[in-house]
Parts: sequence; structure tokens; C-alpha cells
Amino acid sequence: MRLGAVADPAIGTGRPRRALTERNRAERRLAWMLCAPAVAVMALVAIYPIVYAIYLSFQRYDLRFPGDKSWIGIDNYTTILSSTDLWWQAFGVTVLITVVSVAIELALGMAVAIVMHRAIFGRGVIRTSVLVPYGIVTVAAAFSWQYAWTPGTGYLAGLLSSTAAPLTHQWQAIPIIILAEVWKTTPFMALLLLAGLSLVPEELLRAAKVDGATAWQRFWRVMVPVMKPAILVALLFRTLDAFRIFDNIYILTQGSQNTRSVSILDYDQLFTALNLGVGSAMSVLIFLATALIAFGYIKGFGAAAPGQEVNR
Amino acid sequence: MALAALALATAAGCGSGQSSSGPVTLNWYIFPEFSGAFVKSAAACSQGSNGAYEIKIQTLPNAADGQRQQMVRRLAADDSSLDILGLDVTWTPEFAEAGWITPWPDDVAKRVENDTLRSMVDTATWKGRLYSAPFNTNTQLLWYRKDLVPNPPTTWKQMISMAEDLAKQGKPHYIEIQGAQYEGYTVWFNTLVSSAGGQIVSDDGQRVTLDQSAVQALDTIHELANSTAADPSIGNQMEDQTRLQFEAGRAAFELNYPYVYPSAKADVPDIFKNMAWTVYPTVKEGVPTHVTIGGIDLAVGAFSKHKQQAFDAIQCLRSPQNEIQNAVLGGLPPVLESVYSDPKFQKAYPMWKAIFTTLKQASVRPKTPAYQSVSLQISYTLSPPSSVSAKKLGTLRSRIEDAINSKGLVP
Repeated sequence: MRLGAVADPAIGTGRPRRALTERNRAERRLAWMLCAPAVAVMALVAIYPIVYAIYLSFQRYDLRFPGDKSWIGIDNYTTILSSTDLWWQAFGVTVLITVVSVAIELALGMAVAIVMHRAIFGRGVIRTSVLVPYGIVTVAAAFSWQYAWTPGTGYLAGLLSSTAAPLTHQWQAIPIIILAEVWKTTPFMALLLLAGLSLVPEELLRAAKVDGATAWQRFWRVMVPVMKPAILVALLFRTLDAFRIFDNIYILTQGSQNTRSVSILDYDQLFTALNLGVGSAMSVLIFLATALIAFGYIKGFGAAAPGQEVNR
Repeated sequence: MALAALALATAAGCGSGQSSSGPVTLNWYIFPEFSGAFVKSAAACSQGSNGAYEIKIQTLPNAADGQRQQMVRRLAADDSSLDILGLDVTWTPEFAEAGWITPWPDDVAKRVENDTLRSMVDTATWKGRLYSAPFNTNTQLLWYRKDLVPNPPTTWKQMISMAEDLAKQGKPHYIEIQGAQYEGYTVWFNTLVSSAGGQIVSDDGQRVTLDQSAVQALDTIHELANSTAADPSIGNQMEDQTRLQFEAGRAAFELNYPYVYPSAKADVPDIFKNMAWTVYPTVKEGVPTHVTIGGIDLAVGAFSKHKQQAFDAIQCLRSPQNEIQNAVLGGLPPVLESVYSDPKFQKAYPMWKAIFTTLKQASVRPKTPAYQSVSLQISYTLSPPSSVSAKKLGTLRSRIEDAINSKGLVP
């Protein structure tokens, strides 16, 4: 804020930058000093592991065969990318879970956000109670879903048939995983969308109503365009989260019957097979995939956000 | 601030708080044992050491995978607080090859090998050296219903045809076996291959040795899984599901560990009345069956600061008295052959004869540092059991080949 305020007049008046240098430099120095501890901690806990993972990904490094450690270039990557029955299978499952769960969460989250926004009585109670699933530890929630869908211990397994064990079939387990995800994170989506809803000016909606817009038109033509930045941010957050899904699957199926996500598959390479080389390469690929998702959204976001048109 | 907190947490996590005088603390990482037998023997051994050491039990997670992961993570970081490690019988080659456990000195190794079941010594040995000391063992028996099956079968063929006959008569007939995609399925496959006279991987863990005997094993799985003798949910059955099906009165046969016997006694007296046991059926007529051995071996951590005391403590923990106590209180079959003739043990284990016979000719799962990957490939390739046929042999061979060379991904 402060730095921006100082910099602007310099540009506006076209005066040489040197004029403000004394103060500018001091503030810059202060800013760097204030940031330095955070940057150092980030470097230690984030950048170092990332660089180390990239370094490991080019090695044959299996903890079980420490003598065979060697530099093997991109072999780990070709191994992974040529594995159709494991990597691409897990990738497909992950994409399916991501797309379906985020789409459902967006629709449901919007509905919940509108309810929260329009609620006249007990706003606090409604907003709090909607957030309960999001507040529950994912693993604890996943265990209760697991018990519910296990014949003998659960009330949901019996709904299908008396001997059904839905978590042991791929095409029944995946919808259950999606359901658990949706149940858990719709409140988060709703909360982000609620923030967006409060940006929509009431006068705009009233004006539209006077002009004869139907409820659907007011929603689709007025609210959604104004909310677009908030929707995109919510989608970005949730897509990145959903793509890295681990805990729900780990508890519900342990990745059996081809319900693995890429994170589960990576975990198996690293912690069961102790193959640090292949595991790190897979981590890097997952990192690239999430980076690609983020990049795609931000590109799309930049092009579509109304606020940014001005800057072009 | 954050760094200080991190450093503090690390120090608290790894410090063993040793004082220079007095008994050294030996951390014993072992699976949770609920009868209290281990607590008792740890206390007795500490007492008997005359102040040399104090054994402190560090309980590992329930599941074997969790136990292994926890120890591996610590060992990969050269943790010196791991003195005594309770290893599953399949882990010794892996831990030894990675340099995480200490080989036993030759003179003590001889003492350990003496009187210990041969197959268990085999699981504890890697590249000709003893790396761990067998602690307890286990194996499967054939459990059947006397009221349905007057004469128990001796071969798989007989058992399947008996079950099919019972099915035709509309009587309980399932053969309960572990066919889910997990370690128990690998155990079944290993038993079948060994009983057909084969071996999955060579003794040095370098080559896949599946041959004609594997075809026989695959045929047996195929035959069972595609007959009326199989439980329809064979593809999801683990030890406990098979136990429950037998207790529910739906099965005539069950291949499982001896714990099912006291369990049936407590849960279903009616079924228990007719519950009998015999040795595991054979694959080939006249060739004795070689059932896969299970159990725990105790090893000394490579980074331990008290190796001598740890070797002493392990020998105490597996003394005949403690082995009997583990069997009587905890239901863990001993590894010392002499204990099997002890009347106290025989009383606690009415099926001791069948167990002893089975253990004397038991088979060992593939010995390779990459065992986890080998096992995952086997259970993954052969799932579900109904899809198994001799045609899978080629795929199976190449996947196990990749696994022992740590190539490719693990399922």
C-alpha cells in the first residue's frame, strides 16, 4: 500500500526516479528486512524440499538398494509416463474426481451461499452450522463414511442390497469418494461464494427487477458476472485441492480396486516401495500438473475478470 | 521463532534421555500386544539383567504396513533410539540390505539358531548371516465342520469336490480363503507354489523361479474361484472376513490361523462344537504341503548405542519361559522346538501337533529386499481370483522381475 502510494506520484509527474530515492530506498530496505525472516523460513521449508525432490527425481535411489544409487537422467519420468495401468489410470481417476466434485460443489455451494446471504433470521446460526462438515477433521469424517458404507457396521451399505460392499467395487467406490469430498468441502466453496455475493450491489438487482428481469436473468446476467472473480478464485482453490486428494481415498479404499489418485500412487512409491527416485519424479509431475491448473485459471481469470479490463 | 520451535520438537522427538550411570534404556519397537505378555517378559528381563539394561516398550501401529513405515522412516534418518526392532518375517532382507540392522556375532548366532525352527531361522538369515532372532511364529491350518465333513480332505481337489457336493445338497459349503488384494493373498499363492514343489524367487533374491509348479498353483486358484465352493466375495476376503463367514455357519472349510479357534469358542458355541482342524490340504497327491510361515523376528538397530545389551535382552525375551508365556497369554506360537513338548504349552494349544507338523515343513515367502513390491505385484496381478488362469504366468513373471530389480511402479 505505502510503497504503491509513494511510487505513483513519481510516475505521474514524470520526475526522475532519483528525486524520491532517499526515502524510497529506506523504505525498500525496511520492507526487505521485514520480509527476510519469512523468506528464509519459506526457503527452508518449501524451496529446499522442492529443489531436493527435483534433484532426487533424476536418480535411481531406492532406500532398499543403497548401493545402486546413481544418476539416470529422465529414466524415472519415462517409467512413470509409460505406465498406462498405474500412472495414467490414477491420473484419470484423479481428473474424474476433481472435475465431478468441483462441479457439484460449485452448484451446491452457490445455492448454500444464496441461502446464507438471504437468510433473515438466525444468520449466525445458519452460517455456523453450514460450516460444521468443513470443521471436522477429514480423516475422522472419512472413517465415519467408511463405516457407514461397510456391510455389517454401516447404515448406508444396506441401502443398496444386504450383501453389497460398495467400497470394494471401482465404480461404486469412486462416487462414494466424490460424495465424501463434496460433503466435506461444499461449505468452503459456499463461504468463498458468499464473499463474492456481498459484492453484488443491491441497487443493481433492484434496477434489473424494475427493468423486468426474471429471477434467473438477475442471477445469470447480473450476479454471476459481478461475482466472477470470486467464483474463479473459489474454483481455483478447490480444483488444486481436489487434484491432490489423498486422505479420503486413503481411509475409504486405500486405493484398492483402481481407486488410486496420483497422490496415493506417489505415496505407495515413496513409503511402501521406498523408491525415492520414482517417487520424487512423480511428486514433480503432480507439482507440474497443479502448476498447470493454477496457470490455466490465472490466465483465464486475467482475461475474464471485469476489474482487469481497465489495465489492458 | 519457528526455527527454535522446530529444533525443540526434533530434540524432544529423538532424545532418549540417557544418564551416564545406571541401566541403559533399550527401546523395543514391537506390535501392540494386548494380553500384557510382552510387558511381563520385558520387566522380568530388565530385572534379571542386574542393572545392565531396562527394556522400554515402544508400541508400533496395529497394521504391518504402518509398523514398517514407522521404523523405516526413523532408520532412514539414522535414529539411534531404535535398539530392538520387531520385524515381520518378510522384512529381514530389506532391513539388512539397507544397513539398518546389525548382524548377530557368530557365537551368539549359533546359540540363537540352536533349537529354533529351521524355517524361522531362514526368514532371519540374509546372505548367509543371521540378522535377527526368531521370536514367535504362526501358520495356517484347515478348519472344517465335523457335522458336514466326516473325513477331512487331504488335497485341494478333494476339498473342492466335497464342497461342491455339499452345495448340491443345499448345505453350508463355502471354502473360506483370503483372496482380497493384500498380503494374505500372496501368502496363499506362496503356499500353493511351494506345495507344488516350486519357489517364487531364487534363494539369493536375484531371479524369478516360477515354473510348472506355478501353473499348478494358478490352476488351483482358478478351479476354486470358479466353482460353487468359493465364497462369492472371495475377492474381498481377508482373515477376519473368512473367520466371520465360518462363524456365521455359511462355510464348511476355512484356511486360517489358530486364533479362529478361541474366537469361535467365545462367539458361536454351536459351530464350535463341530469345529475340527487338520493340516493344510496338498496341491499334489503325495507331496507334503508347505504352508507359508509367519511371525516376528527381533533385530538390533544399526544405529543403536547399546548393541551388546540389546543382543543380551533379545536372548532373554525369547527364553523358553517367555516363549511359553507368550503362547499361553498372547496365543503366539513359539519358535523353540523344545517348547512344543512342554505340557503347559500343549494344554494352551490343543492343536499343537498339527501346528508343529506344519511348521516343521513350512515355506518362506520370497527373500528379497524388494519383498513389499514383489508381494504387491502378486496380489495385484492375481486379483480378482476369478480372473486367474495359467495364462497370467507370463505377466506375473515379468512384474515380479521388475519388482526385484526395483524397476517400474508398484501398484
